[in-house]
Amino acid sequence: MVKTMARNLDGRELLALALVWSAATLVTATFCWLFGDILWHGLSHISWTFLTAPPRNAGREGGIGPILVSTALILGVCLSVSVPIGVGTAILLAEFTTDASLFGRLTRRSLDVLSGVPSIVFGLFGNAFFCKTLGLGFSILSGGLTLACMVLPILIRSTEEGFRAVPTGYRLSAAALGLSRTTTLVHLLFPAAVPGLLVGLVLGVGRAIAETAALIFTSGYVDRMPESLLDSGRALSIHIFDLSMNVPGGDPNAYASTLVLVVLLLAINGTASWLAERWLHQRIVTV
Amino acid sequence: MRPSAPTPGTQPWFPLDERPACCVPKPFIDVEQLSLHYGQKPAFHNVTLSINQGCITALAGPSGCGKTSFLTSLNRLTDLIPGCRLSGRIHLDGLNVLDSHTDVIHLRRRVGMIFQKPNPFPLSIRKNLEFPLREHGLRDREQIAITIETGLRDVGLWDEVKDRLNSPALALSGGQQQRLCMARALMLSPEVLLMDEPCSALDPLSSGVVEDLIVGLRGRYTVLIVTHNLAQARRIADYAALFWIQNGAGQLIEAGTAKQIFEAPREPLTTAYVSGMRG
Ligand SMILES: Nc1ncnc2c1ncn2[C@@H]1O[C@H](COP(=O)(O)OP(=O)(O)O)[C@@H](O)[C@H]1O
Ligand SMILES: [Mg+2]
Repeated sequence: MVKTMARNLDGRELLALALVWSAATLVTATFCWLFGDILWHGLSHISWTFLTAPPRNAGREGGIGPILVSTALILGVCLSVSVPIGVGTAILLAEFTTDASLFGRLTRRSLDVLSGVPSIVFGLFGNAFFCKTLGLGFSILSGGLTLACMVLPILIRSTEEGFRAVPTGYRLSAAALGLSRTTTLVHLLFPAAVPGLLVGLVLGVGRAIAETAALIFTSGYVDRMPESLLDSGRALSIHIFDLSMNVPGGDPNAYASTLVLVVLLLAINGTASWLAERWLHQRIVTV
Repeated sequence: MRPSAPTPGTQPWFPLDERPACCVPKPFIDVEQLSLHYGQKPAFHNVTLSINQGCITALAGPSGCGKTSFLTSLNRLTDLIPGCRLSGRIHLDGLNVLDSHTDVIHLRRRVGMIFQKPNPFPLSIRKNLEFPLREHGLRDREQIAITIETGLRDVGLWDEVKDRLNSPALALSGGQQQRLCMARALMLSPEVLLMDEPCSALDPLSSGVVEDLIVGLRGRYTVLIVTHNLAQARRIADYAALFWIQNGAGQLIEAGTAKQIFEAPREPLTTAYVSGMRG
């Protein structure tokens, strides 16, 4: 195929074509190799017992039950704090400030800076503020709150985009019908902005669930089943990090845990796009 | 310049003589020295105009002369546009429209608006009508159903959509969407209806249907309609006003009965415009 095309091309075009092809091949190959490697080494270790049993012998044996629970709790804390704050701020930014206003400019600039901050910095901040100043110690709560700070910028910006993408015509026609701002927001703008919110959620959760640096200093290493939000809990990504870096002979379970993480990420992505689709369908097409 | 007035008898569809006998020449909206700025840029300047109750008043003029802006200042939709400033006075049946204490929600209920581009909400046909009704305090299901049916019958849409009230409003044709928007506005029983080029996005057939509806509003509502279509303005308007851009801002050039504006315009610009030479 490439050869037959190449006959009519001069040298420069041929070079460009080769570059493009090799770049594409490289990217795809890297992904396939990565995923294949994880599947190859990890799949044979996955079992119901692996998913539910506690780790033994520093994680070389046993499973990841308590680690999945801790991960879910950390995510839960993160989302239940970041979603309300995120949506509130997004509404404020999109509906009640103009691009030119000082408040809007300041908030947006801060968010842009925040979203570029390396996660280790969030980890140190979380450790200083949540663990020490607020006295929450190494706990699921500290970890979740730190993650919330980390995902807020992404969540806010994409929800805000969601609101801004709603045509101005809806706002004008709603106002012209004498509908109040709140009603318009709740019944028209919010439903229309939900897809944006979901995109933000996927990006945010994706970042949170894969996070290691921010959690090492906040939710800690303890791999026991947590009994409350104030217990330390080990997140999946930290477990993988620990098994592969600190535990000789931990590779098989590290692979299996990585496979679980990757599948979780794909599942979250899939669910969110399915939800967005369904939501649009329900609101717009059939109701 | 050509002679201004069209030769009598060449337009049989032009029963201007019968108008404005159909409506009470009683001012309902009084606009005095109204100016509007978007930031530093003036949209229109010093407009003074009375709009009579129960009549159809047509606003004409070239694009960008502030017609839409003028309409939206009457229901204070301009409040939604950042940096938009109004000065002057608007009185609607004694109500000081521009007073900061005026309840805009109530004002907008009294002054309905139809936009150039039909803009039903992305909801079902039924929800489009039910949602504003509920917001304005109508809770009774049966009452809502009756109001919706009457509203749709009034715009001649009932037979077309009665079997698919739950399907999306956005799936309707442009003309149907515009009539749905009219039903939605009229169901709230406004006293004034502002229409911003309601037919310009429609095909000629739908445009005719909507035009007939507008004629049917005469006497029941005070209608202010922006139109580019002079033939349409002649067919339906009792009064007419011409806007034009002068010195970088829209100005009201001339206002009067449709008969006077179309047959005996005083201003040279109006003469040129109605004879089709400009605009
Ligand atoms: N939201 C807005 N912000 C800034 N300028 C505007 C806005 N809307 C209209 N304008 C300007 O105001 C002038 C009048 O516009 P408009 O009222 O839409 O005129 P028309 O309806 O007669 O075409 C135009 O020059 C237009 O560019
Ligand atoms: Mg306009």
